[in-house]
Amino acid sequence: MATTGKVVGVNGNLVSVEFEGDVLLNEVAYVVLQEKRLKSEVIRIKGKIADMQVFEIIKGVGIGDKVEFTGNMLSVALGPGLLRQIFDGLQNPLPQLAEKCGFFLDRGVYLDSISSEKKWELTPRAKTGDTVRRGDTLGTVPEGIFEHKVMVPFNLYSTYKVKSIADKGEYTVKQQIAELEDEDGNVIPVSMVFEWPVKKAVDVYKERLKPVDPMVSQIRIIDTLFPVALGGTYCIPGPFGAGKTVLQQLTSRYADVDIVIIAACGERAGEVVETLREFPELTDPKTGKSLMERTVIICNTSSMPVAAREASVYTAVTIAEYYRQMGLNVLLLADSTSRWAQAMREMSGRLEEIPGEEAFPAYLESVIATFYERAGIVENMDGSIGSVTIGGTVSPAGGNFEEPVTQATLKVVGAFHGLSRERSDARRYPAIHPLDSWSKYAGSVNADKADFARNALFRGDEVSQMMKVVGEEGTSNEDFIQYLKGEFLDSVYLQQNAFDKVDASTSKERQKYVFDKLLLIIMSNLALSDKDEARSFFNQLRQKFLDWNGSAMDTEEFRKTEAELMDMVTNKSSEPMSDLIERFEKKFAE
Amino acid sequence: MRKIYNRIEEIKGNVITVRAGGIKYGELAEITSAHGKSLAEVILLDGDKVSLQVFSGGRGISTGDEVRFLSRSMMVSFSDNLMGRIFDGSGNPRDNGPALEENLIEIGGPSVNPAMRIIPRNMIRTGIPMIDLFNSLVESQKLPIFSTSGEPYNELLARIAMQAEVDLIILGGCGLKYDDYLFFKEKLEEGGSLSRSIFFVHTASDPVVECLMVPDISLAVAEKFALNGKKVLVLISDMTNFADAMKEIAITMEQVPSNRGYPGDLYSQLASRYEKAVDFEGQGSITILAVTTMPGDDVTHPVPDNTGYITEGQFYLSNGRIEPFGSLSRLKQLVNDDTRDDHRSLMDGMIKLYASYKETLEKKSMGFRMSDWDDKLLKYGDLFENELMDLSVNIPLEKALDKGWEILADCFTPEETGMRTGLTDKYWPKQ
Repeated sequence: MATTGKVVGVNGNLVSVEFEGDVLLNEVAYVVLQEKRLKSEVIRIKGKIADMQVFEIIKGVGIGDKVEFTGNMLSVALGPGLLRQIFDGLQNPLPQLAEKCGFFLDRGVYLDSISSEKKWELTPRAKTGDTVRRGDTLGTVPEGIFEHKVMVPFNLYSTYKVKSIADKGEYTVKQQIAELEDEDGNVIPVSMVFEWPVKKAVDVYKERLKPVDPMVSQIRIIDTLFPVALGGTYCIPGPFGAGKTVLQQLTSRYADVDIVIIAACGERAGEVVETLREFPELTDPKTGKSLMERTVIICNTSSMPVAAREASVYTAVTIAEYYRQMGLNVLLLADSTSRWAQAMREMSGRLEEIPGEEAFPAYLESVIATFYERAGIVENMDGSIGSVTIGGTVSPAGGNFEEPVTQATLKVVGAFHGLSRERSDARRYPAIHPLDSWSKYAGSVNADKADFARNALFRGDEVSQMMKVVGEEGTSNEDFIQYLKGEFLDSVYLQQNAFDKVDASTSKERQKYVFDKLLLIIMSNLALSDKDEARSFFNQLRQKFLDWNGSAMDTEEFRKTEAELMDMVTNKSSEPMSDLIERFEKKFAE
Repeated sequence: MRKIYNRIEEIKGNVITVRAGGIKYGELAEITSAHGKSLAEVILLDGDKVSLQVFSGGRGISTGDEVRFLSRSMMVSFSDNLMGRIFDGSGNPRDNGPALEENLIEIGGPSVNPAMRIIPRNMIRTGIPMIDLFNSLVESQKLPIFSTSGEPYNELLARIAMQAEVDLIILGGCGLKYDDYLFFKEKLEEGGSLSRSIFFVHTASDPVVECLMVPDISLAVAEKFALNGKKVLVLISDMTNFADAMKEIAITMEQVPSNRGYPGDLYSQLASRYEKAVDFEGQGSITILAVTTMPGDDVTHPVPDNTGYITEGQFYLSNGRIEPFGSLSRLKQLVNDDTRDDHRSLMDGMIKLYASYKETLEKKSMGFRMSDWDDKLLKYGDLFENELMDLSVNIPLEKALDKGWEILADCFTPEETGMRTGLTDKYWPKQ
């Protein structure tokens, strides 16, 4: 019999309930108002009192209102039909909700996350009599550009015999497609959809592997200097207006992965709208289909109830893990994890827990660590390799990276792309700071070359600092050229024009090619007699290089600009080009 | 059935506690004390203990005063009769006009479904070149005006209220000085804009709880008008007072403060107000401009900082001008493409030159010798500041663009401006 209870206290969106029977931590319960049922989650149990966070506007709840417990933890539905969808933090499909309720998000309306009417063309893969375990493939259905594996539900923990399996044909997700018999002879009917609790990591794999292969984002500064590995984690902290969201949008467009899950968590609705309205129009260069085909959007913007915001990142990561089980590379972009942490802080405050730094709860670090640890690359039971890569933005208060959320995040991620106010004010986009940021992963270009570039930047920066004190006059020509080289590297390679068709995304191959040429220029010994000549030379060179960046690879224009560019260098070089190339090859010989 | 209680157990600041049954969260009550009647809202339920925040404040409330629960939440009347009227934070008239009781609507309603939003596309003209030309205001945008205390932000708001091309202005005053309130009233009366305006004003001497209601009440009314096809501009002055009022209540309620005493949900609270800015497809829209004074001119103070993360850009007001560098309208690219073909280039070009002017100014102050180019820049900077940046300049966008070209022609040759030849050929003023 289901447990029921009565409301005995209301404090903001925290409701205390006196209950009869048993209650689970993280169990879902509904507060029953006259006409509405408000979804909530148990977050603390004390004697006969359960404290619950309510995922809806709380107005109108009173003492004595009835509460119905469901016996299940907060879960998401997993099955075909998740791609292309736009959900709120609790996996409510927003477009369908709009059809039903109009402009506003009426509370207490919960729709099927996965359409129960749509039919899917099932091809059975398992046969009657097969022995299967959780995560094994029973059949496949085509979902857009992917072959979606219909698996034995992850929450069936023993070994089963396939007692019957559906014939090839069209089924809805709710229809039974197989019967499984466990060792004790119990028969379990299985459909294409099942539920999994969001706060539990999906653990159906042979082993976790080390993230090695780079995830190509097509953003040069990331791929070359601060790479991210498939199955790795990274964070993007930055003050407001530094371009976090634009960077996430670019990544969601161009990243070389199979599926992108965008968790818009507590940010502006306007930004999600851009993605919502533009993605269906954009084509994915890899497949030629609409970008929406590979995208799931979880959208719990800042004005939506805060408890659902806390749940939204878990909803997103669970869906990511589900597709990982099919051997796909999934990228989860969470914007912003600070808002998620703030949601935790709000609940913690209402629970009157002893506050940690800046009133964040003491368990902040471990919760953040657990979340990022759900990223990873795994070998599935069937030998396929799948990965979940997590990239989270952080919005530190006052742009100060010393605050708890940034610090807790830095401890667990593999790469740090710190955005800086100075760079964004100077319109140097993407505003990732080239000297402060770091990555622990191997990139797509040779590490020695990347180090060399970093050194050049560092030297350039040193000279520029010095110049602020002694002025241009007090700087030697040689130092001045170092400074110009650093600036040059920054403006033609690290900066990227997001609005230019060609420059917005740079493939791995192009990065390697262009970076080599760039390093040649940096390594060259230039015969420039004074500072004015040097400055004007580098200005011209920069202009040419930017033209080069704007021309598509393997075109006549590309080759022509490249030749002109190299000619400019040859003319000013104090050694023949062949010597320079020899020096270059010797330096970076394996 | 209305429930009446005569025993107030606790009075703490603006919050009182009574023992009562069957009360809902967010319900309103009316308290009758020796000093008159006041509304109060339920903000905490703990068993049969009910805590309410009293709109008129806790001062002068007796433990024996009568508390009558109204079985409804906070509402405001909505009709065309609101036009030209002035109310306080509880929705009571401030202008000696009749109280409005008909067609009550709820305040603080649900947020808009993101799937129903559209990409903003219409510019709102204000006649202020620093806005129209350099940082265009876009319908459904939410923008704060970051300002220090002494800046003429209310003058700016009043000018926008008079000149903005919208159907309806709603002015929300949070902790306005009484003088400022009178200033707004007079200015709009003079300018003849009062008839298309609605004021919800909380002045600094009014009870602090009413300050909390002002944004909600203003936005609830704005939302209804927008759904009826009106283009509404909501002006609020000043959101920092609103945040401070929230802080006051939170501390009274013994909530754990997070940053400089502000409650942990400051971001969510501000966001739920600002996110009311929306363009209802096929209906009207809400645009929000809200003054946020920065204590100590510190943009990292929690209120401007959290606001910056929520809004779509910001205007910086300093030295009596809208500062061209810190200010940013993040949506301007969506509209300044189809105004005039020189809009974008002129906007960028003039700002770049102004940046060079600032550098020259710095050099000059350090005693370096001025070159010819420097002299040109100095002349340009002066003209730019006086003829475009000055807040008293009041010209439509097209005139402002022409003015921009005039200033450029006054100081430079076409090549020196770094503008494309096509544009200079077309727009460079002929002598």
